[in-house]
Amino acid sequence: MKFTISWLKEHLDTEKKDNELIEKLTDIGLEVESFENVSSGLDSFKVAKIINAEQHPNADRLRICDVDIGLDNTVKVVCGAPNAKKDLLTIYAGPGSIIPKNNMKLSVSKIRGVTSYGMLCSESELNLSNESEGIVELTTSKYYDKIGKNFFKSNTEKVVDLSITPNRPDCLGVRGIARDLAAAGVGKLKKISLKNKKKNRSQKIKVSITKDKNQGCTVFGSCLIEGVTNKESPKWLKEKIILLGQKPISAIVDITNYVMLDLNRPLHAYDADKIDKEIIVRNSKKNETFEALDNKEYKLDNDMCVISDKSGVLGLGGIIGGTRSGTETKTKNILLESAYFIPRSIRRTSKLLNIDTDAKFRFERGIDPQSIKLGLSKAAELISEICGGRISNFDIQQTDKHENNKIKFNISLFEKITGFKVNDNEIIKILTDLGFEVSKKKLELDLKIPTWRPDITQPIDIVEEIVRIKGYENIETLQPEKTKIKDTLNVQQKHFHFLQRSVASKGYFETVTWSFTDSKINKIFKENLKEIKIINPISSDLDVLRNSIFTNLTFYLKKNLDRGFKDISLFEIGPIFKGSKPGEQLTVVGAIKSGKISRLNWNEKDRIVDVFDVKKDVIQTLVEAGYDRQRFFVRDKSPSYYHPGKSGSVYLDKDEIDPVAYFGEIHPNILKKLDIKTEGLVGFEIYMDYLSENKTKLKDLKANFEYSDYQKSERDFAFVVDKSVKAQDLIEIISSIDKNLIRSIKIFDVYEGENIPQDKKSIALNVTIQSSEKTLEESDLEKINKLIISTVETKSGAKIRS
Amino acid sequence: MFDLKKIKDEYLNKLDSDLNIESVNQIKTELFGKNGQISNSFKSLGSLPTDERKKFASDLNSIKDELQDKINSKLKEIETKEINSKLENEKVDVTLPEREFSRGKIHPVSQVIDEISSIFSEIGFSVEEGPDIENEHYNFTALNTPDNHPARDMHDTFYLDNNKELLLRTHTSPVQVRTMLNGKPPFKIIAPGRTYRSDSDQTHSPMFHQVEGLHIDKDINMGHLKGCLNYFIKSFFEVDKIKMRFRPSHFPFTEPSAEVDIGYEIKDGKIVIGEGDKWLEILGCGMVHPNVLKNVKVNPDKYQGYAFGIGIDRLGMLKYGINDLRAFFEADYRWLNHFGFDPLDVPSNYRGLSR
Repeated sequence: MKFTISWLKEHLDTEKKDNELIEKLTDIGLEVESFENVSSGLDSFKVAKIINAEQHPNADRLRICDVDIGLDNTVKVVCGAPNAKKDLLTIYAGPGSIIPKNNMKLSVSKIRGVTSYGMLCSESELNLSNESEGIVELTTSKYYDKIGKNFFKSNTEKVVDLSITPNRPDCLGVRGIARDLAAAGVGKLKKISLKNKKKNRSQKIKVSITKDKNQGCTVFGSCLIEGVTNKESPKWLKEKIILLGQKPISAIVDITNYVMLDLNRPLHAYDADKIDKEIIVRNSKKNETFEALDNKEYKLDNDMCVISDKSGVLGLGGIIGGTRSGTETKTKNILLESAYFIPRSIRRTSKLLNIDTDAKFRFERGIDPQSIKLGLSKAAELISEICGGRISNFDIQQTDKHENNKIKFNISLFEKITGFKVNDNEIIKILTDLGFEVSKKKLELDLKIPTWRPDITQPIDIVEEIVRIKGYENIETLQPEKTKIKDTLNVQQKHFHFLQRSVASKGYFETVTWSFTDSKINKIFKENLKEIKIINPISSDLDVLRNSIFTNLTFYLKKNLDRGFKDISLFEIGPIFKGSKPGEQLTVVGAIKSGKISRLNWNEKDRIVDVFDVKKDVIQTLVEAGYDRQRFFVRDKSPSYYHPGKSGSVYLDKDEIDPVAYFGEIHPNILKKLDIKTEGLVGFEIYMDYLSENKTKLKDLKANFEYSDYQKSERDFAFVVDKSVKAQDLIEIISSIDKNLIRSIKIFDVYEGENIPQDKKSIALNVTIQSSEKTLEESDLEKINKLIISTVETKSGAKIRS
Repeated sequence: MFDLKKIKDEYLNKLDSDLNIESVNQIKTELFGKNGQISNSFKSLGSLPTDERKKFASDLNSIKDELQDKINSKLKEIETKEINSKLENEKVDVTLPEREFSRGKIHPVSQVIDEISSIFSEIGFSVEEGPDIENEHYNFTALNTPDNHPARDMHDTFYLDNNKELLLRTHTSPVQVRTMLNGKPPFKIIAPGRTYRSDSDQTHSPMFHQVEGLHIDKDINMGHLKGCLNYFIKSFFEVDKIKMRFRPSHFPFTEPSAEVDIGYEIKDGKIVIGEGDKWLEILGCGMVHPNVLKNVKVNPDKYQGYAFGIGIDRLGMLKYGINDLRAFFEADYRWLNHFGFDPLDVPSNYRGLSR
C-alpha cells in the first residue's frame, strides 16, 4: 500500500514530523517497507543543446547531431526530426531511459551504420502533449543556463510503502491508515467533506441482484452521470496516480482508482450507453464468455458472480470489468458502480480463472459494506467537477443489511493475555478512536464493531487492537522459567544426533540437500518405491520427492568431482519418502565416498576405496551408537544400485526382518549413467527407523563389570572351505562351540590360489580361549582345539589345513 | 700380604679409562673371578692373625664394594652410550607429514539446530518433530487458516495431489497441532525441521529450515513470550545485551501477533548483532489463537500461551557470516569445509554453544 504524507494529511490533522509518523506506523502494526523518493524514471531527461547537426550518410531523413548535455564531451545522437538543427535547445534522453509514451527502454544502438547514444524527444514521446512532429523546442532565454540539468522537476515528495497484513483491508485506503494513526495519538482524523448536492435526476437503468444460490453480491449501489466529457486527468490527480506507480488513463478511470486508494472503496464505471437495458447481478452459467479489460477472453464456470445486461456478461463483479462496457474518451454517460462482493466468492472465481487485480485483492480481504454511498458520492462529485455531467440519485439494491457485529469484551482479558494493565478509560478511548461504539457495563464492554473491520470477531481481537495501539514496548520482559516437562530429546532424536556426529567423525562432510530431486536420477535409486510427484515443482529437474538419499548425494558428488576434487566423502541425514501421505517417510543416513585412500602419501601405499571401508564405517557407527557387534548379522542382499558382488546388508540381530543398513560399491552402470568419473565409489545407508531402542541403559551395563584374570591362550587354525562358505558362518560356528571359553575370533588371512583347489579358499583364524573360572590346562586347550576342528569340519564341510 | 690399596688404585684407574663391555668384564674376572684378586684376598683371610683379620676384612669389604660399584656404573655408562649411538642412527626426519587423517564436518544447519536445542533445553523445552508431508488440515485449517483465507497465498505451497489435500509443509507449525492433539497441556516444545515453499532467489530457497516454539500453560502471557525470546536471542548470538523490538503483525494462528526485529550495525563490512540503529526482522510470534486451541481440543478459557517461528538458516547466516542461502543446499566441498563444524564441537550449555 503506497501513499504520500501529504495525502495522509488530507485525512489526518497532525503536527508530527514525517519520521515520527513513519515510526508510529511500524509500532502499530502497519509495517513500513520503505519511505523514499521514488525515482519517477524522469531523471534521465536532460536539457540539451544541439552543437552541430549534419546529414546521415546513409539516410536522407536522418541527421547526426552532436549534443551538449552539460558534460565535457558532446554525445552523438541520430535524430529523424526535421527541426533538429544547430543551436536548438531540446530534451535529451540517455541510454537506459524509459520513454513515457511507450515504455521503451533506450539503449546504445546503430542506426544505419552510425552509433547513436540516446535520443532527442518529441512532446508526445514525453506525454507532454500530442505534438509528435519534431523534437521539443525549448526557449533559449528560459533554458540557456539549464543545459545538462534535469528537464523534469524531481519529485520531492517521498512515498510511503506499507506492507499491509491480510487482516487489515481497511488500511488499503489512506483513510484507514489515518484512522489508525489518530487512534495511536499522533493526530486527529478529519471529517470527510462532501457537498452532497441535491440530486433530482433518477437513476434510469434498472439494477437487480438475482436470488441465486451462493450469490456473491449482496449490495449493488449505482448512480448515473449524464453528459460528461471524459478527458485527461488534471495535474494533481495524475501526479497522485503516477506517484503510486500507476498509469493515468482518463479522468473517469483515474477518479475511480483515486477513490479506491483513498477510501479502499473500489468502484467501476460503465459507459451507460453500452449497457443493454438493465443491469443484472447474477451467477454465471458454464461456458459463458466475456472479454475483460486485460484484453483476455475468459470462459466462465457455473456460479461466478457476474454483472450482466440483456446481452450477456459485462464483467466479473469485484474482479474485472469487460471491454464491451468500458469507458472511453468519447463516453458521454456513465453508470458508476459501488458494490459489496463476498470475499469467498471473489477468491473462488479469481483462483479458478487465475486473475489478480487490485479490486480482487481488496474485495477478497473484505470491503466495508457500509461505504457504498460514500464511494458513490465522492467519485460522482469529482467526476462532475472534472468532467461535468449531471448526477442522478443513488440506486441501492441490497440483499443483506450488513449491520455492525457486536461483541462483549471482558476487560480483564487484556491483562491476562498481555501481562500488563491499561486503565479502562484509555481502553475505551482507543477503541472509540478506532471506530468502535463502546458502552461500558461494569467489567465488560459492549462493542459495536465498525464494518470496515471484518477481521474483528472475538474478544482476543480486541486485546490485539488495544495492545498494538498502546504499544508492544509496554509488555514486560519476564525471566524464563526453567521447569522441564519432559526430556529434551527422545530416543530417536538422540540416535539422530549421535549418528550424525558419529558419521561425520569418520571423515564425511555433512550435506543438506533438497528433499526433492530429479525424477530421472530418482528412477535409478527408487527400487520398488512409489514415485511421488510434486504437482507444481519449482523446476522440472526437482519434480519428485526423493526415494533415496543417494539421488542428491551422487548428483552433488559429481559436481564436486567436476570441481577437481577426487577423494570425497559426503553424507546426509534426512527424510526419504515411501508415499505421499503424512508419515510415509523414513529417516536415513546416506554416505558416499569416492576416489582413493592415502592418495599421494609418502609412507602409505594408496588404494581405491572399497566395500570394506564403508563396512567399517557402518559397523563402527552402529557399535558407537551402542549396538552389540556380536549380534550383528550381515547378508549379501542389497538394493540394485549397489555392485551385486560387493555389497551387503546389516541386521542388528540375525532374527531381525529389516536390515538397519546397506553398504557396498555403487553399481558401475550407475556411474556410467550419471557420468561420474572416479576410481571408485562406495556408500552406505543406515535406516534410523529400524534402529531399535537399546534396552539396557548404560548405567546397568556399566554396573555389570565382569572380567577374567586367568591366563588366556591363542590358537591359530586354517580351514580350507568351499568358496561359497561365508566367513561370518565360520565365526558363528566356532563361537557357538563354547561361548564361555571362546573370547574372540579373528580372521587374519584369506587365501585362494596355489596349493588350494580352484573352488576352495583357505581361511585362517586366530581364536582366543580363556576361562573365567580357572587357568586352562594343556589338556583343556587340546580338547577345545579338537572340538573346534571337528565342529567346523562337520558343520561347514571345511578341512583343517595341515 | 695383599696390598689392598694398590689393587684398589690400579683398578679404579683402569676403570676410569675408555673401555668396552668386554674389557670391563675382563676386569670383573680379574677381581672377582675364582682366582680374582679380591676373591683371593678373601680366601687369605683365614691365615691372618686374629687381631689383623678384623681390620683387613673390613678394608677388603669396603674396597670390594667400591670396585663393584665402579664396575656397575661403568657398565651402565657403556650401555647408555651404546643405546644412544644406536638411536642416533635411527633418526628420522620428523618434519615429514604425519599419517593421513580425515576430518569430517557437521553442516551449519545441523550445528545451529543443536545450538537452538541446547538453549531451549536450558529453559525446559523439549524437541518435537513432525512429517515433511502434511495434509491441508494440519498445515492450514487447524491453524486458523481456512481455504478462503488470503494468508494462504503468502505461502507458495508445493502440492502432491490435484485436490491440494497433500502438500509439503510450509512451516513447522503443524507440529504444534500434532503435539497438542496427542497430549495434554502444559506444552513446552520446540520443533525444528525442514519446510518448503515454491520460491527461489538469493534469499529464498524452495526448502529451508524453521524452528517452531510453543508454550501453553494456565497463565503464560506475552511477557513470558518476550522473556523467552530475549533469552534465546541473547544466548544464541552469545552477547550480553540485545536490542530487540516487538512489532505488531498478523498471523492467522496467533493473536496478538508480533514480528521481532533485532538491532544491528555494519562494522568494517561485517554485521554486528545487538547494537546499532538498523533493524533486522528475525522471527514471528504471538499468543496462540483461541481458534487453534479449540481445533486441538485445548480449552482456551483454561489454557493460553505463545508460539513462535524462526528461520534457522537465516539465524546461521547471521551468526556465522554466511551470505548466500542457496549455498547451504549445494554441497560444495569447499563451502562445507569452510562453514562446517567439527563433529566434536557439540553445542552444550556447560561447554558453551560455540568455540
